[in-house]
Amino acid sequence: MTSPVHGSGGSHAAGTRIDDAQATASPRTGAPVLEVDDLHVEFRSRGPVVNAVNGVSYSIAPGETMAILGESGCGKSVSAQAIMGILDVPPAHITGAIRFEGRDMLQMGAEEQRKIRGPGVSMIFQDALSALNPVYSVGDQIGEMFRAHQGASKKEARDRAVELMDRVRIPAARQRVDDYPHQFSGGMRQRVMIAMALALDPKVLIADEPTTALDVTVQAQVMDLLKDLQRDTGMGLILITHDLGVVNEVADRVAVMYAGKVVETGSIDDVFTRPAHPYTRGLMSSIPVLDGKGQRLNPIVGAPPSLARIPAGCSFHPRCPMARRGDGGRPDCAGDVPPLREVAAGRRAACHYSEELLHG
Amino acid sequence: MGRYVARRLLLTIPVLIGASFLIFAMVYALPGDPIRALAGDRPLPASVQAALRAEYNLDDPLLVQYGKYVLGLVQGDFGTDFSGRPVLQTISERLPVTATLTGVAIVFEIIIGIAAGVLAGLRRGSFFDNLVLVTTTLLVSIPVLVLGFVSQYVLGVRLGVVPVAGINEGLYSYLLPGLILAAISLAYVARLTRTSLADSLRADYVRTARAKGLDRRTVVVRHTLRNSLIPVVTFIGADIGSLLGGAIITESVFNIPGLGRAVFESIQRQEGSVVVGVITLLVFFFIFFNLVVDVLYAVLDPRIRYE
Repeated sequence: MTSPVHGSGGSHAAGTRIDDAQATASPRTGAPVLEVDDLHVEFRSRGPVVNAVNGVSYSIAPGETMAILGESGCGKSVSAQAIMGILDVPPAHITGAIRFEGRDMLQMGAEEQRKIRGPGVSMIFQDALSALNPVYSVGDQIGEMFRAHQGASKKEARDRAVELMDRVRIPAARQRVDDYPHQFSGGMRQRVMIAMALALDPKVLIADEPTTALDVTVQAQVMDLLKDLQRDTGMGLILITHDLGVVNEVADRVAVMYAGKVVETGSIDDVFTRPAHPYTRGLMSSIPVLDGKGQRLNPIVGAPPSLARIPAGCSFHPRCPMARRGDGGRPDCAGDVPPLREVAAGRRAACHYSEELLHG
Repeated sequence: MGRYVARRLLLTIPVLIGASFLIFAMVYALPGDPIRALAGDRPLPASVQAALRAEYNLDDPLLVQYGKYVLGLVQGDFGTDFSGRPVLQTISERLPVTATLTGVAIVFEIIIGIAAGVLAGLRRGSFFDNLVLVTTTLLVSIPVLVLGFVSQYVLGVRLGVVPVAGINEGLYSYLLPGLILAAISLAYVARLTRTSLADSLRADYVRTARAKGLDRRTVVVRHTLRNSLIPVVTFIGADIGSLLGGAIITESVFNIPGLGRAVFESIQRQEGSVVVGVITLLVFFFIFFNLVVDVLYAVLDPRIRYE
């Protein structure tokens, strides 16, 4: 059961994973392949400035799976697209640093950055039907990676596309390589996306809600496939999702995002069993329990704020059951911004009162 | 696909019969007597008039006249005009002229329309984009007649850079008429290309193409242009038929002896045989090019399949 790849084991290896989480931040052991440091993304179109990402930091080591969890519209996808450098429309203003193998992609020229997309960092999207070009065959679109990045011939690219389709377990790959995206089922289309993203053996794969658009049974198959492929290649996997079940099954670490910020990070077991942020606790208790028939669900009251009007102080305070006024020297949830700070070994949270949550 | 095309071609037969009958009935319903008009100020002897009427079946009821016309048609006889000239001869002389004019117009429509649309769509909000928007609005709102006469006067008469009228200078004499004929369609093509391109640029698959690390050229040409040109190709194909018909005005302004002018003159003379023959032919072209477009559509977009 022990995984050959560093840090990608199942839930039984929880102890080592906390160490990994710390190791990724220290230069002593294997450096993280991708580091996001104080990333900010603003959209300045007509109307108010939209602060989609407000200081997101995380890092990912080879073979590690990091889940980014949060409600819709909390900036998960935007931060991922900023890493990919595909946020041109509408014009986005990006600051901070995105270091791939130690080099800041935001400081690179466009051409240098482009060459990292594919062999360095790759991405799969939620809806494979719209993410694949309807007028080219799947073999053509997968093979395009080899033609564009390695100058492969058409025939060579097609042969390697068939190999990749085999590898992502598309049945009868050789017969289906010339079919078009609309001729595949949803699960098979997502496999095509995965094959395309993995064509050049990327160091990091960003999966943006890869199973949201799929049937539950197909979801499990696709997640299994991703895990297997990760074990074979040792790539880092950033999994963007709002599905707590998926996170629990496959991720090593999790970063919980709210209103464009990371509010809590840590190992899956720690975060899921003892949340250090009221928002995370709210997410956990909103999961329906299978045998809890007749019980009321516990949703988080209210809706996430508009990214054009983020509340002052802790952005979660209007919905937070623990929110307090600042008196007697206590921090004010509505006025003081809680920093993302170490609250226990290998865990960080952005709440003034994390200790209360952790220790009673 | 073969069966689909065959079925569509068979369907053109009832359409052609219906169209030709409608036009026939309209010519029949025109007020006035074509034979008397033919004679002008000096009335023809009654016997001559009667002979002419008999020759052109003008005394028969509408349905009988039409029946006799169709009977001739299926034998390859398009009839003759009042001066005894076979209609088929008129068509074979004038069709190449109209076809050339339409061809020149289509080339202008494709080259200028698509180029302007693509450049504007790629640089939305730029000076060029606004220029295209204003120019196309002007082109669409000015009547062809005005556009034709003004450009003929300025470019032909005053500046003398193009022939004023006629077709005596080969392809060169078709340049201005072709451009005028294309003007409105060209504006539509530019607008359509611009919008369609802007839509495609926002598509998820273009985002994917960029995430794949493709260079900008590949992203735009391969993953954006092809998809955004599908509706444009459809429009241009369907437009060929309309341009053939629309040539009537342009041919009159520039004095070009094409099918359009033949129809125009024949309507004035109430020469049913010419009017019905030519217009039925135009209807056929219209249906034919629409079929070509539908077939082309399936070639361009693999999602479209005709069983």
